[in-house]
Amino acid sequence: MASTLADLKSLEEDMLAQIDENGIREITYRQALQEALTEEMTANENVILMGEDIGAYGGSYVVTRGFQEEWGRERVIDTPISELGMTGVATGAAIAGIRPVLEIMTINFSLLAMDQIVNHAAKISYMFGGHFNAPVVIRTAAGWGQLGATHSQTFEAWYAHVPGLRVVMPSTPLDAKGFLKSAIRGDDPVLFIEHSLIYRNRGPVPTEEYTLPLEGSEVRREGTDVTLISWSRGAILAQGAAEELQEEHGISCEVIDMRVLRPLDTDTVVESVKKTNRAVIVEESWRTLGLGAEIAARIQEDAFDYLDAPVGRVGSLEVPMPYARNLERLVIPGKDEVIQAVLQALA
Amino acid sequence: MDTGQLLDFYRQMYLIRRFEERAAEQYAYGKIGGFLHLYIGEEAVAVGAIAAMTEKDHLFTHYRDHGYALAIGADPNAAMAELFGKETGTTSGRGGSMHMIHPERNFWGGYAIVGGHIPLAVGAGLAIKHKKEDAVSVAIFGDGATNNGAFHEAANMASLWKLPVVFLCENNRYGMGTAVEYASAVPQMLTKAQGHGIEGEIVDGQDVLAMYAVMQRAVEHCKSGKGPYFIEAMTYRFRGHSMADPESYRDREEVERFRQNDPIPLFKQQLLDAEKASAEDFERIEAEVEEVVEEAVRFADESDFPPPSTIYDWVYFSDGEVGKEPERG
Repeated sequence: MASTLADLKSLEEDMLAQIDENGIREITYRQALQEALTEEMTANENVILMGEDIGAYGGSYVVTRGFQEEWGRERVIDTPISELGMTGVATGAAIAGIRPVLEIMTINFSLLAMDQIVNHAAKISYMFGGHFNAPVVIRTAAGWGQLGATHSQTFEAWYAHVPGLRVVMPSTPLDAKGFLKSAIRGDDPVLFIEHSLIYRNRGPVPTEEYTLPLEGSEVRREGTDVTLISWSRGAILAQGAAEELQEEHGISCEVIDMRVLRPLDTDTVVESVKKTNRAVIVEESWRTLGLGAEIAARIQEDAFDYLDAPVGRVGSLEVPMPYARNLERLVIPGKDEVIQAVLQALA
Repeated sequence: MDTGQLLDFYRQMYLIRRFEERAAEQYAYGKIGGFLHLYIGEEAVAVGAIAAMTEKDHLFTHYRDHGYALAIGADPNAAMAELFGKETGTTSGRGGSMHMIHPERNFWGGYAIVGGHIPLAVGAGLAIKHKKEDAVSVAIFGDGATNNGAFHEAANMASLWKLPVVFLCENNRYGMGTAVEYASAVPQMLTKAQGHGIEGEIVDGQDVLAMYAVMQRAVEHCKSGKGPYFIEAMTYRFRGHSMADPESYRDREEVERFRQNDPIPLFKQQLLDAEKASAEDFERIEAEVEEVVEEAVRFADESDFPPPSTIYDWVYFSDGEVGKEPERG
């Protein structure tokens, strides 16, 4: 999978927390996840981890490395390659009163488990009249990297379509840790979508314990000329584009990280657009019928009179992902595409 | 087994039969909508098997589920009200016919995607093992479900991890309208379980005492740490797949032949022949059941529909800081 030898070597460096110039601890996104899992497993003996190759192998993206040695095979369970089965098993275990955290290696493979996620996990509470629940946490990863057509997709829009699920896609170590702890403690099924290309990103994370509610978007950068809206790695891309737009073009971008995709809170976006009068949405998936389409629709519903330009959308090209490096680069939007879209919105 | 328990088996089977016959009638009157999958002909499986379960055990079933709900102790009033889609139903009109529950006895529902609930039951088995409870988890499914990946993935994991799971397959010879010989490469579903290293047996599902005995063996097997157990109960559905079934796939002669093997009169005759009970005992039980079912229909009919203001209740289980789904989702 995506973990290469070079990745593993640099992991050793990643494991060391760094203290920034202000004395604030900075850890990686991967470490944030590890801390959340460790803390919740320590706090509650009914928290178990399940998934393909999470034990001896350490997880395809090395999130659970060392966990099986620490907690044993009873609490860190290597499953067969049975996405449908293991997702159902995790959901049933949650119904019966324990707290499974299931890792589905990549979101591409979650399609095999879609019946369990959509027809069971999402519906247990409602369909059975609130008599019981299925608080299963499903961790999975989006991303790409010359992995070809079936390993480079991101389906958050498909899951965010479904009432009853909570779908989060954190972009920072701070959110990753706080959301994962809340997901494990919460009462609802949570699809927790990571991104293979941001596991090594660093960010400030308090040493004290904390959780974050699984709701609401976050303004990452304040601005006045245009609102840039994204989530996960896209939010990081948008912040990079915003910096360059400020420096090179004198354009002030407000950047909003959606963070939680179901329930989808667009109040922050609407407030921002009422101020900037322009919006550009950045997503790594296909634009057609994607989350950006829903966000754009809500902007026109709730801030129609404030818009000075059509809502811009940047997404991937509408093709299955090609392997060749140059073609892949064309498919996934980069900083230049975001900058162009902003310039067009301001033209 | 004492006469009281034997007569209770009869009472439960007769209750399920009359409950469903009245439900079919209410469906014809338009009081019940959507699907109505009747269990008529298969009552001995539910009654015998569930009688061998304890309060700690867990149950997940397919959608032909009225019989399991009644056998495990759900209130007939609430069950009928659920069919009517009323607020007083088992799931307040949210689930309907295919999603009966009785959480007080860990009956976590009828499920309506064929085979999909089998992994859920294995998950409960994992929870039992994790919590070191003296319990089993039971999955009830049809012959058709064993052709599906969910069954095989779940069976493999249950066997691999030696989980206390009873796989109870009701082989009623049809998956909807397709006969088992056109759907399964092997004639007995047990063969497939054996391929996963699971022990089991084939049993006469029309014999309530045989079902009770086999389930006792299965539970004991699971609780002794030997892993899962597979029961293939040979049975037959006397009515169509659902109320909309034209039954073009089987002839009347076949149905009539299997009706000779009706578990309810068979068991009654067995008890009479053995002089365990008298004709008067049965008359009394049948009259009592008629009253229970009549009351269930009256209760369901007179209950209110769920208030529209509750439409968003339970989309999420938790409230408080995270709150319910915003109005437009």
